[in-house]
Amino acid sequence: MPSRSVAEKWTMKRMRQYDAIVIGAGHNGLCNAAYLAKAGLDVLVVERNPHIGGASVSRELYPGWTYSNCSYVCSLLRPEISRDLELARHGLQVVPYHGGVTFTQDGDHFGNYPDAERLHREMARHSRRDANAYERFEADVTKQTRLIRQFLLATPPDPTSFKPKDLKGLLEFASAFTGMGEEGLLDSVRFWTMSIGDFLDEYFETDVIKAHLSGSGVIGTALGVYSPGTAYVLLHHYMGEVDGNVGAWGFARGGMGAVAEALAASLRAFGGEIVCDADVHRVIVEQGRAVGVALADGTEYRAKLVVSNLDPKRTFLKCFDESDLPAEVVEQARNFKIRGSSGKLNIALDGLPTFNGLSPDSPLMLTDMHCTDSLERMERAYDDWKAGTWSQDPYVDMLIPTTVDPTMAPPGKHMMTVFVQYCPPTLAQGPWTPQARDAFGQTVIDQLAAHSPDFKDLILDCEVRTPHELEDEVGLTEGNIFHGELTFDQLLFNRPFPGCAQYRGPLRGFYLCGSGTHPGGGVMAAPGANAAREILADLKRPDVTPPSYPND
Amino acid sequence: MTPHDDQMLLDTPFASRVQAACELREWESWKGYASPIAYEDVELEYFAVRNATGVFDLTPMTKYRISGPDAAAFLNRLLTRDVGRIRPGRVGYTVWCNDAGMVLDDGTLFHLSPGDYRLCAQERCLDWLLTSALGLDVTIADETAEVAALAVQGPTSCATLRAMGLDGLEALRPFGLRHYPFDGGELMVSRTGFTGDLGYEVWVAPAHAEALWDALFAAGRDHLIRPMGNAALELARIEAGFIQAGVDFVPAEQVVRHGRARSPFELGLDWLVDFDKGHFSGRSALLKERAQGSRFRFVRLDVEGNKPAAESFILNKRGKTVGHATSAAWCPSAKRNVALASLEMPWGRPEDELYAEIYFSRELRWTRVEARCRIIDGPIWDPPRRRQTPAPDY
Amino acid sequence: MTDAAYDALVVGAGHNGLACAAYLARSGRKVLVLEAGEQPGGLAATREFADGFRVSAAAHLLNMLSPELVKDLALERHGLAYAARNLKTVVLPGDGRQLVIDGDRLAGASASDQAAFAEFQRRMRRYAKVLNRFCARPFPRLTERRGRDNWLLAKLAWDVRTLGKADMRELLRIGAINIHDVVEEKFENPLLKAALSMDAVLGSHMGPRSPNTVYAYLHRHLNDAGAGSALVKGGMGALGAAFAAAAEASGAAIRYRQRVTRIDLADCRAAGVTLADGSAIAAPLVVSNADLKSTFRLVGPLNLDAGFVRRVHNFRARGVTAKLHLALDGLPEFPGLDPTDAGSRLLAAATMDGIEGAFNHAKYGECSPEPIMEISIPTVHDDSLAPPGKHVLSAVAQYAPYTLKAGWPAGREAFMRSCLGRLEAISPGIGERVIAAELLTPPDFEARFGVRGGHWHHGEIALDQALFTRPVPGANHYATPVPGLYLCGASTHPGGGLLGLAGRNSAKAILSGEDAS
Repeated sequence: MPSRSVAEKWTMKRMRQYDAIVIGAGHNGLCNAAYLAKAGLDVLVVERNPHIGGASVSRELYPGWTYSNCSYVCSLLRPEISRDLELARHGLQVVPYHGGVTFTQDGDHFGNYPDAERLHREMARHSRRDANAYERFEADVTKQTRLIRQFLLATPPDPTSFKPKDLKGLLEFASAFTGMGEEGLLDSVRFWTMSIGDFLDEYFETDVIKAHLSGSGVIGTALGVYSPGTAYVLLHHYMGEVDGNVGAWGFARGGMGAVAEALAASLRAFGGEIVCDADVHRVIVEQGRAVGVALADGTEYRAKLVVSNLDPKRTFLKCFDESDLPAEVVEQARNFKIRGSSGKLNIALDGLPTFNGLSPDSPLMLTDMHCTDSLERMERAYDDWKAGTWSQDPYVDMLIPTTVDPTMAPPGKHMMTVFVQYCPPTLAQGPWTPQARDAFGQTVIDQLAAHSPDFKDLILDCEVRTPHELEDEVGLTEGNIFHGELTFDQLLFNRPFPGCAQYRGPLRGFYLCGSGTHPGGGVMAAPGANAAREILADLKRPDVTPPSYPND
Repeated sequence: MTPHDDQMLLDTPFASRVQAACELREWESWKGYASPIAYEDVELEYFAVRNATGVFDLTPMTKYRISGPDAAAFLNRLLTRDVGRIRPGRVGYTVWCNDAGMVLDDGTLFHLSPGDYRLCAQERCLDWLLTSALGLDVTIADETAEVAALAVQGPTSCATLRAMGLDGLEALRPFGLRHYPFDGGELMVSRTGFTGDLGYEVWVAPAHAEALWDALFAAGRDHLIRPMGNAALELARIEAGFIQAGVDFVPAEQVVRHGRARSPFELGLDWLVDFDKGHFSGRSALLKERAQGSRFRFVRLDVEGNKPAAESFILNKRGKTVGHATSAAWCPSAKRNVALASLEMPWGRPEDELYAEIYFSRELRWTRVEARCRIIDGPIWDPPRRRQTPAPDY
Repeated sequence: MTDAAYDALVVGAGHNGLACAAYLARSGRKVLVLEAGEQPGGLAATREFADGFRVSAAAHLLNMLSPELVKDLALERHGLAYAARNLKTVVLPGDGRQLVIDGDRLAGASASDQAAFAEFQRRMRRYAKVLNRFCARPFPRLTERRGRDNWLLAKLAWDVRTLGKADMRELLRIGAINIHDVVEEKFENPLLKAALSMDAVLGSHMGPRSPNTVYAYLHRHLNDAGAGSALVKGGMGALGAAFAAAAEASGAAIRYRQRVTRIDLADCRAAGVTLADGSAIAAPLVVSNADLKSTFRLVGPLNLDAGFVRRVHNFRARGVTAKLHLALDGLPEFPGLDPTDAGSRLLAAATMDGIEGAFNHAKYGECSPEPIMEISIPTVHDDSLAPPGKHVLSAVAQYAPYTLKAGWPAGREAFMRSCLGRLEAISPGIGERVIAAELLTPPDFEARFGVRGGHWHHGEIALDQALFTRPVPGANHYATPVPGLYLCGASTHPGGGLLGLAGRNSAKAILSGEDAS
């Protein structure tokens, strides 16, 4: 830190010594801070926005309507953390939903009914074989979720290290694989390296069924359904749970901001502080050690350690003087892949839209809805992204949370959240403009309207968010919802990059706790808790983070 | 495009009659069909099977029609038994395995006419059947909904069916098939069942289902006929010592945890495995298992006392857990407290001293007992009428 | 089968089959190789496609052949000779620019690219060396806890560790991702990026953005130490002939025009083969050089477990590579290209996006309207292939998917036009020099060489079907579920590309008594 005059120091608004400062009040930052506070540290969370939550927010952007305007459903949030931090007592209520529906171009739809037998009959309408093969598919995917779930609340071992802890970790990893038997192991390796398209081809013959199931392989990912590695991404959407139902998703009552609010309440209950409108300009480094943060307005906060909830790229390239970091890390951060691939529409509706062929009472109205009925259309949507434009025929993951949650819109009115894949961080012809953004929104609205005759007339307000808005407002570099792509170069001991994959930054007193670390993105809170565990270990304090529930 | 089916539970073709008879209105889903747990009284229904005639609607049972030039070769490669020995007009009980020699399901194969087969099973297996058909000239069709079926079981079942006009049925041997004209269509009768007693299963096109029910109950009135639900059947099948997919073993392709599937040897079905018939799926693995030994032994236990050993751990004399009961019931006719159990090898030898750890509650007080178990060698319930041909009238 | 005249039958005289036969014969087995065609070599073939014009029918450049194998089998003594070695690679986008890659040196790129390329090559050589250890022997089993397997695994792990922290981390990072992102990180020059991407996608149903392409790149450079490709004198058929000579010198017999129509079983064990003429040859050991799917068609589904048949069925072997052969009445001119470089490996590609765009079509069962090509004019170095003064142009062209939505009869014409159009762009006027032209499509390779799907590697080289998972669980140790039947072709680890290692590994597995269980 450059020396300052005594006078300058006097003009600083505040200066207080904390045990730990967490940059960013996203759910992982709050979770991390909560555990540090629980362990007795004096913790401050600094948040750039006037509100907390990062990408897990509920915002009233249209009077009377609450938008979960970034993340919109909840499954990955680790139950161990939820229980341990008493999130229920602090106001979090997660209401599960099951199933989904894909509208087809011929006016029909495929309903992924919550009831297994009904789903079987629905699949059998297209192919009895597929309906039966679904049992095998479910069993095989469950095998893989069981494999990964045991490592979610664990620090990935460093394969290049000879430390006993790392060797033990590697051994555990290896034995989890070998514990599946020779064939199970080979199938796991195949699953982890395959494309979701090829994987589904091994089970199903019906295009709409494959398209419906493939969505989870690409959501939030800058890859197509035929890109190897996307079967793993599917896992990332199947490894969560609601009340022990692995793979289930739910709505946070009151919107996803409820997750952040509950974490913040838990943090405050442990004595932690949060300060909003505090835009970190720089991490203060002295003698190779992070010692605090300087805000854009000149305010400085000092602490024995600093934790970043921001994505790795933003952390290292925007919050540091390059000279304070090893050149290798700057290089790694530059090369970190964090390409945004998705956009979002949040829509206030004057009433419940009707969908072709779907009764308003159908259980499918409560589920996620899609309009892409073939793998080819899925893949072509990706081709547009590669060419630097939003998909002309996008894949949407659309829900109407107000069919389940009465708090998000006035009675009788509805709120619709539309996640859109693919949408590039910048357009081939240049950066995003308001006109381009609106055109993107119109593409999506037109697609939905093709399956819902009254949809357009019901729209009261529509917030369109491209990766540009996500970066601008939430701070997600390039608008990547997972803080970095879920490809093998950025998973497990490679996440975010080799050498920084155990939550420790490249200099003393600096840690990472965001979704850019293992086990990655989604409203999971595991990175925050894992980072806290490593920090507490470094401080030689007792571990207050919860152990993983054992695999049963 | 096939229309959507928005019903939560399907009706079988007997639904109007079943619903009328089902006074308890307790239903459960059997592969998506509404299936009665009991009609009136489980005990009455069970004793109808053992003492007169019980009728069970088994339409939801998964049924596949298998035909085509390679049908026999296909089945021989699919099933562990030698299909060549199941002649036209005969039925065979069999299992089928995956490559690892683990049981996918058990079921019955009906050789309807030369080269034309029906495979009945608890679980659906179309995916596996079609996989097994790769490269073969065979046609496989799911005919579950196209065939309505009733199990007519018990000592007066033959008399009932004869009273319905099925002349000469008494001459039908166990696992045999016969066809009769009925209601302008055709009725197929097989001397098969899941109760371990004298009994038949009757098969018709759905259009004749209600007529069949009516004719059967009219004919059976004097033979004390009674409809039976799942609970009574479950009791009868445990007494008979029959295993059931999803209960006594997990169908291999549904297994998620490595090592939880079971081979035919591990289910006590060695007699179904024919190594001399040529190749079949799982053969190499089963040969290896035969050479190296199995991991589990399936046994039928006679448990001391009268408390059913449902879900009990099975302990050895040192109190170590060596297995668990997969099904258990007090069997009213055999007068035995029976448990079907899967034990780790080498346990389950005749000389082993085994105990079932049983918990039961009486007015809020739980009691734990360790009940001595004896391995039952041979059938538990095996009345002579089960095999007698000509079949007796009662 | 004690009365069998042979100890082992090898189905197919491809180079892997011949290598396997040679090693088995050397161990004292009486080996007979049965080949359906008239010549040895399989896809390593030289073919006369027009009067007096001969060309390598499939792969036309050699860069992977295991040096150990060359030495072991004395292939050079048995006739393997090179018309040229260490060929330069020249990227020709068709707009007058060019980039020359000569070993580690670049001409036409910035100094920073030059430096980055040298470092890239150094790392890739180290990785290829480690990967080679994984490929040069049968892969150990992972769960059986046999001493031999544990020892081998420990050795392989040690090999990776000895890369040092930095290189090992980089390998673990890039090993499973796409070439696009890796070269995008390191280089500026679009032609260089395109050239490296081509190395990663040639022969594969993948584009530069497909994860797994870094592995494909390493696979391609397994043995060439980054030195560049070689041209076999007399065309690739001469390589096949050298393998055949080596096999025969080792004591194996080879019979041609013997199409195996069935692998015979007795008591559920391999017992011999039946030929197209109905005659049967008995042997207790049958080794198949045919691709996975063809091999098990010969066995028949009834002799196999259904789950295994499903795995074979799901093995991805969708060829996307076509071969264009032109008989030319003179040496074509390439504007901007030093005429002495006309015999180099010429790449017709401009950008990674262009390659990716070409691949997009393959995903939907269409041929690329702007194909990418690897071009060789072997007659520059080898005058035995064409009449004096005349030349042969050989081009590997992608993407031409095996299953074409529009059907191949229609697609052939269109793809030929696209290829010629691309050639015309980099060599204006070449069209007028064409005396005869031939396009071999994936269905042609299937028909002529018996490779199901027409895939040159007998199956996609992707991580889910590579190393210990190749080709499929149950047959991933050369042994198959049928006792006495082994695989030795490119479907097996380490795959195709004229490596020869699959054949040798298979022989090792057979001789060490490996079985499938």
